[in-house]
Amino acid sequence: MTADLTAGEASATAGLSDLDTGPGRLANRLDTVDLAAATPQDEQPFAELGLRAEEYQRIKDILGRRPTTAELAMYSVMWSEHCSYKSSKVHLRQFGDLPPSDALLVGMGENAGVVDVGEGYAVTFKVESHNHPSYVEPYQGAATGVGGIVRDILTMGARPIAVMDSLRFGRADAPDTARVLPGVVAGVGGYGNCLGLPNIGGELLFDDCYAGNPLVNALCVGVMKHEDVRLAKAEGLGNKVVLFGARTGGDGIGGVSVLASETFDAEGPAKRPAVQVGDPFTEKLLIEACLEIFAADLVTGIQDLGGAGISCATSELASAGTGGMHVDLDAVPLRDSTLTPAEILMSESQERMCAIVEPDKIEAFLAVCRKWDVLAAVIGEVTEGDRLTIDWHGERIVDVPPRTVAHEGPVYERPMSRPADLDALQADAPPSSSADLRADWLAVVSSPDGADKTWVTEQYDRYVRGNTVLAQPEDAGVLRIDEQSNLGIALALDGNARYARLDPYTGTQLNLAEAYRNVAVSGARPLAVTNCLNFGSPEEPEVMWQFAEAVRGLADGCRELGLPVTGGNVSLYNQTGETAINPTPVIGVLGVHSDVRRRVPSGWRAAGETVLLLGETRPEFGGSAWASVVHGHLGGLPPRLDLAAERALGELMVALAEERRISSAHDLADGGLAQALTESALRHSVGARLAVPGDPTAALFGESAARVVVTTSAPEAVRAAAEQAGVAVTELGTTGGEALVLSGDGGAGLLELPLDELREAWTATLPALFGSPEVAVGTVPAGTVPTS
Amino acid sequence: MRIGVITFPGSLDDVDAARAVRLAGGEPVALWHGDDELAGVDAVVLPGGFSYGDYLRAGAIAARAPLMRSVIDRASEGLPVLGICNGFQVLCEAGLLPGALTRNSHLHFRNRDQGLLVERADTAWTSSFTTGQQIVVPVKNGEGRYVAADADLDRLEGEGRVVVRYVGGNPNGSSRDIAGVASEDGRVVGLMPHPEHAVEELTGPGTDGLGFFTSVLAALVVAA
Repeated sequence: MTADLTAGEASATAGLSDLDTGPGRLANRLDTVDLAAATPQDEQPFAELGLRAEEYQRIKDILGRRPTTAELAMYSVMWSEHCSYKSSKVHLRQFGDLPPSDALLVGMGENAGVVDVGEGYAVTFKVESHNHPSYVEPYQGAATGVGGIVRDILTMGARPIAVMDSLRFGRADAPDTARVLPGVVAGVGGYGNCLGLPNIGGELLFDDCYAGNPLVNALCVGVMKHEDVRLAKAEGLGNKVVLFGARTGGDGIGGVSVLASETFDAEGPAKRPAVQVGDPFTEKLLIEACLEIFAADLVTGIQDLGGAGISCATSELASAGTGGMHVDLDAVPLRDSTLTPAEILMSESQERMCAIVEPDKIEAFLAVCRKWDVLAAVIGEVTEGDRLTIDWHGERIVDVPPRTVAHEGPVYERPMSRPADLDALQADAPPSSSADLRADWLAVVSSPDGADKTWVTEQYDRYVRGNTVLAQPEDAGVLRIDEQSNLGIALALDGNARYARLDPYTGTQLNLAEAYRNVAVSGARPLAVTNCLNFGSPEEPEVMWQFAEAVRGLADGCRELGLPVTGGNVSLYNQTGETAINPTPVIGVLGVHSDVRRRVPSGWRAAGETVLLLGETRPEFGGSAWASVVHGHLGGLPPRLDLAAERALGELMVALAEERRISSAHDLADGGLAQALTESALRHSVGARLAVPGDPTAALFGESAARVVVTTSAPEAVRAAAEQAGVAVTELGTTGGEALVLSGDGGAGLLELPLDELREAWTATLPALFGSPEVAVGTVPAGTVPTS
Repeated sequence: MRIGVITFPGSLDDVDAARAVRLAGGEPVALWHGDDELAGVDAVVLPGGFSYGDYLRAGAIAARAPLMRSVIDRASEGLPVLGICNGFQVLCEAGLLPGALTRNSHLHFRNRDQGLLVERADTAWTSSFTTGQQIVVPVKNGEGRYVAADADLDRLEGEGRVVVRYVGGNPNGSSRDIAGVASEDGRVVGLMPHPEHAVEELTGPGTDGLGFFTSVLAALVVAA
């Protein structure tokens, strides 16, 4: 788990260190279990740690006494929204109620779900948010977001093989975006590049609602053989608990429960930042050491340390096993010897793992760690009984039932209400007619959302490991996983928040449909779904309603498409003051390629090919890029959703790829046909002469779902296959030339866009906003150089 | 022919280099930085990555690895050595090649498909090309800006030791668009671009990179 702070929870580390009485500062007594039993009336700063009075009372009821300071620290981080899912749990259960899937080897509840992709291979993938840390410290926040999700994947026994990033910022021209974006991009790249993981795709979008709340969602995917799947549990009496990787420091203390603390005290001891600091070199060594340890079968259980650090790892490992574990906290290698026991338990220092190792394998385990220069320490063992006990300087400071820490936290059914403004928003119909098709086209494709993303993506290594078949700007990233059979996978991440704002239920399903379509367009068969649900404060009934609708939409959509949800991440409290972000459910779909050599790219390569539009176009502008860019309008309803049509189209795309009937395919989404044609034409500088039937505004800028543009040298075969699949086909024209030339009904000329002009419009935007590398010589963009 | 690929802590493109050797028809041999012996290999590739996290200076710590002593010794006897990206940085830090690689002029990591002009087609690693041939190979680095004193650059150019030069744009501000250089005997070559990422149509911008690996196999056959 990684930490995404929940800024809305009133909490601070300040209260903790005032009371904590370890051997460091303020040392005058150690708060032991015996002392806690003897001093039941001592006041404790539970509120400052983010716990409510009734939650604190519940801890006392569980323990039959007040918690020690260390126990209070553990409960506070593990019962935080981030770790406990206390507001979202009642809704997320719908994913578990989906029909069982043969493809699912490990379902929700583990660090990441595991999917069978055939030939004995299993794939695990997951997205996590690191939104608030990335706002506070863009480089480290984003970097450690990547690091955390990579460890989640590693923990399952898999070799991480790629990452993706889904990023959202405030207005592109806002001064703070110029602070946050370059740092986030450098952080995602800096960490992933140094780990040797190709970045194969993602999203970059801008909206006022993310000013002060950027979204940084990182996906990692890993591969293993079926028999290599590992689980996080501590079993086997006498087995050793080994902490390995980086030393434990004072960074990220309370990151899950605390971040925006206004109670920092200038008089008090220096407060360390709640943002973690990453070291990708150590993580690379940790990955190689872990894979060698897995291959030699040296562990019985393993867990990464992310959000809530040792508190999380020990309590989760113990409660997934028989329940008994003893830890000697003095054995934890420290970066800072003044840390108190509670701080050690809460620290979110990066690049750490915790393993359960049989005693006769300890020496071999430590030898692998030595080979890779990875620090390892035996900190405890699996014990009889069902208590997690922790000692410090020979005294007992923790004695708890681990399940109560890890899994039996509070669960809330938060009040919900439909947003009061939603009726008016949905009744506010969008404009539907363009006054100047050519100007609007250029405006859409040169808008920050529509523009070329090379400024970002060339900061990411796409080639490392040599198995990247397709990467950004393709609709889906495609990876080869077997060099002999050419078995591979495809991944797409999509999250249109405008649609979700207008209708969170349908909007979430449209995001699912888009990711599903993007995977299918590459020629892959969609197999499984993950998600990262970014919302405002769950304490706002209107936000909670949006969240519940999104979850219900995703569950219903997955049921209809026959896909399992393998896991996910919830990020709440994404709001500044009263204003929540637009609901932003980012949906990831994994697909399988039986032979990646048959992948379908999105760019046009050759002249003389027939351009076909698959699917039906309707005048649908609600939530569209065109309405937003040209008219500054957000209103009406999102496009109509037809999951049966999506499924038929998806199956058609897979069949066309397998039969090698098409030379390119590009999904239609934000910006409609105009955006798709721009991207396909500019990829290899091949133009086209096309005729678009019907209302030109709807044809070019409408965002009807379930549509794809393909090119083919066998149009009759494609047409026949489409008709058999029940997918509408419209012949648009032929590729060739150095311009996009479009006519309407009856051959009336609509517009002509020379590719050079189009390229200039499409590529100039991000360099103009964030600095052209060619002219930035000698200047350091804000945030690109970590200062810590 | 056995081509060694050294893995340092933080090496990343070692699997890619081994694959390129195999696709070229050679036998890749995994070498570990902490070993003392080169295990009887016929040539050595130092792969890309971030050895030791690029701490201190990129390549500086790896250049002092135990195995590098053998590499330096054997290079003086004519062992073909190819340093790619971080491997180029290691070769410069080890004194096997002149110059240094510094932070890109624009301060960004940059990954793009890069045009290269082959200026020397008679080194151990470039004989499969023709002089003047243009190829496309991915470049990806944050510290790839080649620098040297003007006199040294003049000497390198005068001696014809610039092996490949950037064309169609200089991706990192390297002096005189230099992408790769050779030792005096043409047996040790270092370059920032990644030929091992251009060995299959499926996963690269083309297969131009394969020529570096077929070259050394041909050079070894001639030598044998």
